[in-house]
Amino acid sequence: MLLIACPWCGERDETEYHYGGQAHVAHPADPAALTDAEWGEYLFVRANPKGDFAERWLHSAGCRRWFNVVRHTVTHDITAVYPAGQARPDAHTEVTA
Amino acid sequence: MTADSLAADNRAVDRLAHLRRSPLGGLADRLAAGSAPGPRGVRLREIPYLAQLNLRLDPIGPAARRVAEALGTPLPDRTASVTVTGALRVLWLGPDEWLVVGPDGTAPGVEQTLRQVLGDEPGSLVDLSANRTTLELSGPSARAVLEHGCSLDLHPRAFGPGHCAQTTVSKVQVILDQTDAEPTYRLLVRASFARYLADWLLDAMSESTP
Repeated sequence: MLLIACPWCGERDETEYHYGGQAHVAHPADPAALTDAEWGEYLFVRANPKGDFAERWLHSAGCRRWFNVVRHTVTHDITAVYPAGQARPDAHTEVTA
Repeated sequence: MTADSLAADNRAVDRLAHLRRSPLGGLADRLAAGSAPGPRGVRLREIPYLAQLNLRLDPIGPAARRVAEALGTPLPDRTASVTVTGALRVLWLGPDEWLVVGPDGTAPGVEQTLRQVLGDEPGSLVDLSANRTTLELSGPSARAVLEHGCSLDLHPRAFGPGHCAQTTVSKVQVILDQTDAEPTYRLLVRASFARYLADWLLDAMSESTP
């Protein structure tokens, strides 16, 4: 089980959380202007890195706040936890899909 | 809500009081039978009908200051802490969310006061008294019983009186509030989960009771 440190509540078991998928997927500024392919890309296509991955988590059994976690998809090492809306702290080392 | 309509509401509630049933009202005898005094004892009881008001507002806005003045205590701004004012306990639930817990019958009065001081500021105040009931687990073995199903560090160095937490006990979502160092814990649990949690606690307590 992962031990995830909620920015508000501290370290809690993974079972208190819900997973929210890839973080920092920006909503298109003008959705109506997108082609079907671009809209499909926004809705469904996500990075699938072997390495550090920024993802959203919800502390659903605790403070019910969304926040972001950088987790290594192979080792499960969590290297960063930061509130929703903040930029990824280690963005320069981003691993591409 | 005006004072007149509040009084009328209270009279209507008083007339219906004999019809109220708490989620664990039928379990009182079993809770008492499962409790034991003594140096390794543990006691469990239901505290029904506590007033619970969920308060959400900007923690650094003017409304927060006015609410703190009206309550007579600052809103707890530290994670998982509780402030006490008279009979009311203010529990931290989130960075902009609190639960005001008071004795049975205090909800309408507190709601009226807070709604007035909230004024036109953005925020919300919801009476959730019927959402949860309260189990009180106390006695020297209370922590050991709770640790059977709660992964939180409840050791006095990490968790003590004045601390609260939203977590899970035996997979049930609860608000855990430690009221004294004996230790005594209050577990605020949703009504439909109360029976299961009480049964689970009684089972966990059987190790500590003769």
